Amino acid sequence: MIAISINGTIQQFDSNISVAALIEHMQIGNKRIAIECNGEIVPRGQFNQHMLADGDKLEIVVAVGGG
Amino acid sequence: MNQDNLIIAGKSYSSRLLVGTGKYKDFAETQAAIEASGAEIITIAIRRSNIGQNPNEPNLLDILPPSKYTLLPNTAMCYSADEAVRTLRLARELLDGHSLVKLEVLGDPQSLYPNVVETIAAAKTLVKDGFQVMVYTSDDPIIAKQLEDIGCVAIMPLASLIGSGMGILNPWNLQLIMDRVQVPVIVDAGVGTASDAAIAMELGCHGVLMNTAIAAAQKPVLMASAMKLAVNAGRAAYLAGRMPRKLYSASSSSPTAGIIAPAKS
Repeated sequence: MIAISINGTIQQFDSNISVAALIEHMQIGNKRIAIECNGEIVPRGQFNQHMLADGDKLEIVVAVGGG
Repeated sequence: MNQDNLIIAGKSYSSRLLVGTGKYKDFAETQAAIEASGAEIITIAIRRSNIGQNPNEPNLLDILPPSKYTLLPNTAMCYSADEAVRTLRLARELLDGHSLVKLEVLGDPQSLYPNVVETIAAAKTLVKDGFQVMVYTSDDPIIAKQLEDIGCVAIMPLASLIGSGMGILNPWNLQLIMDRVQVPVIVDAGVGTASDAAIAMELGCHGVLMNTAIAAAQKPVLMASAMKLAVNAGRAAYLAGRMPRKLYSASSSSPTAGIIAPAKS
């Protein structure tokens, strides 16, 4: 099991989960999102390849209304 | 008919009114107001996805698609250059490499006044990283020129504090900025009602960006159309070249010859 922080909340997963699998699990695959892992952008093209590790900190963002 | 378009970073826009997408009652109102405003460039914010929310809930970009609008991601509520840069890098990824962005780095949570020192630092990093930066700043003309020299594609000085609706408080500083920079000057923050937008355009500003003025009006959709008219009216008045102001002129608009003689008493 690995612990990953997602938007400030720690969640547990089986080891070897890819970013793509995480997105599917969270049911946000149909939204336009961007992801940062430990301060670095994970490009969309890398979602399948990027494997998450214990202690990773993710920020998953969307566009919202703002001035 | 001559096109008097707004040119930003080599791209042409027919609307000189730019509008924010925050503070509306709901998405329907947001969409209706943006439509009524005629705005082509609209700002958006970048925030954490609310994990666990209804996956079928509509997204802002469903109602304001990038195919129809030029989306301008902002760095609202960023207090440091680092936060602003991170936010815009995420925004660029979100929008498939779109690089036209609004930079704003705040210095104080109560007044929301910009921190121009951090703004300058962020602008340097962002321009070097290939972003086209439209920069929110104070009405300090020296800072404005520095931001242009760094490579920002538009200077966006405040008229008054964000969300204050106090209108153009210092037209002289705006004039100083316009005298010194070559890139478009777009008034951003503080517009409260239609006349404020018209005044900004009459001064010669290239555009106006507003959010609260529309969203916090009693009738936002109506105010959005008022703002569209105001920006157009102000721009036309500017291009028409106003008459000079004089204390008095003894220059009646009616003829001085042929006045009938006073009646005998």
